[in-house]
Amino acid sequence: MARETLINIALFALLPVTAGVAMVMDEPFIITLVTKAAILALAGVGLNIALGLGGLVSFGHAAFFGIGGYAMGVLASHAQSYTPLMETPILIEGTKSMLVIWGVAVVTAALAALLIGVLSLRTTGVYFIMITLAFGQMLYYFAISWPAYGGEDGLSIYIRNDFPGLNTLDPIQFFAIAFAVLAAVLFVAGRLAKAPFGLALSAARQNPERVETVGIAPFWLRLVAFIVSGAVTGLAGALFADLNRFVSPTMFSWQTSGEIMVFVILGGVGRLFGPVAGAALFILLEHVLGGLSDYWHVYLGLLLLLVVLFARGGLIGTLAGRETAHD
Amino acid sequence: MTEPLLKISHLKKRFGALKATDDVSLTLMPNEIHALIGPNGAGKSTLIKQIAGGLRSDSGTVEFAGRDVTALGTVARARAGLGRTFQISSLAMEYTVLQNTVLGALGREGHVMRFFQPVMKNRKLVDQGMAALTRVGMADLATKRTADLSHGQRRLLEVAVALTLAPKVFLMDEPMAGLGASGSKRLTGFLHNLRSEAPILLVEHDMDAVFALADRISVLVYGQIIATGSAEEIRRDPLVREAYLGAEDAA
Repeated sequence: MARETLINIALFALLPVTAGVAMVMDEPFIITLVTKAAILALAGVGLNIALGLGGLVSFGHAAFFGIGGYAMGVLASHAQSYTPLMETPILIEGTKSMLVIWGVAVVTAALAALLIGVLSLRTTGVYFIMITLAFGQMLYYFAISWPAYGGEDGLSIYIRNDFPGLNTLDPIQFFAIAFAVLAAVLFVAGRLAKAPFGLALSAARQNPERVETVGIAPFWLRLVAFIVSGAVTGLAGALFADLNRFVSPTMFSWQTSGEIMVFVILGGVGRLFGPVAGAALFILLEHVLGGLSDYWHVYLGLLLLLVVLFARGGLIGTLAGRETAHD
Repeated sequence: MTEPLLKISHLKKRFGALKATDDVSLTLMPNEIHALIGPNGAGKSTLIKQIAGGLRSDSGTVEFAGRDVTALGTVARARAGLGRTFQISSLAMEYTVLQNTVLGALGREGHVMRFFQPVMKNRKLVDQGMAALTRVGMADLATKRTADLSHGQRRLLEVAVALTLAPKVFLMDEPMAGLGASGSKRLTGFLHNLRSEAPILLVEHDMDAVFALADRISVLVYGQIIATGSAEEIRRDPLVREAYLGAEDAA
């Protein structure tokens, strides 16, 4: 078995093992931290499809993360206040069902990604970064100035949403949900990367001219990648809001976009499990260093600098070596 | 008379005051190797881009097997049956050799929006990719990373990828460049047989290869075709001798 596979398995097992140990030791806060790592990893897995596979440096993935968060916030707030979302032309009620909320989050984020993608994928390089950033900021200010859903203060949801057969307020059960979603998405993302679509998309990142010359248009590959990427990050946003039982415009901020990108870069751009490693490391640092100093981001910055300068493959790349071309 | 597979009529391209392509017309007949030669700066690269679709022409038309493709871009022209190789190797460098040819096979097949089955386990695509590698004698390098190939091997891989497209017309931009004497000779033999599958428009600096292969030769100087004819006619043409061969003899 390849070294990277072993590392991936170990890394992946680390999350439920830590959560399990924390449950035995009766440390619900640790379980919540691990859950947060799993959800942020999911957001990173989403970004990695665009960034790692497609070479699309999106600095606006907070848009999708926030849309997922607000999909949860809006639906659940209507449900808890017993007011319908709209009455005409058709009656739409809020919901506390996690599965429905996920569906709405994924579809809304995908539609937003379609729109943003169509407009921004005409550009490349620094212009693409700027235009995705601009879309993210647009949504950020929209959320701030939208009083119906809390404006700057955000929305609080008092009780976590329902999942059939589970008590979602029990930390370990909510962790199990988040972890299962992460596992499922990792499986799908892994298949995607090796499928015909992944082969062509990654080739378009390496050399778009080559892809055009064999009769495949890079634009459509990139657009689909951007949509899938946005949908996954949107799903992560819905879970993140549910974890906190709170959603605010901060989810849309460009710092959020930056953090998601940091997970990917720390863990290893283009590595399937890179975002998992990156998000876990990020949460660990936040917890350990954050306890020592309020200015722990200084150390994070230093680490990021070291990774970019000396370990381009991130954590996974350093441990597993150069990616073996799959045959 | 048979119809040409590639027909270029009155193609023009200007960059400011420079006429890079000045009313160029040429045809490529079935089973033919038509060589395009000319000194540096004659406008060969510009013309190639106009034919392949990467550069829009100011005027004139490009027809493929009777179909006007002037308005189409690179992707659509590739799908219409143009197999192009580049002067400077243009490959997916992180991929294995086989992955590059499988990409070609995938492009020919056209169903790229498939998200679940591993492409390298797709028997049909992998077989097509391997077949193309075998034909250029690179089967034993299939699992090697493209970035680790020598320059000459990359040139051959370019040809192999073009083969996977099973094109109606080959457009080859200096395939011999950097191959060395023995490699160049082998590829010459290969192209000689390839013409029966699809005709080749060959841009080449290697004069031994051009005179050995070409059924017809067109000479491009300052964006204009100054002569078209058989190897013998071109060798004897006084205009060509002056503009091209003469200059080379003197050097």
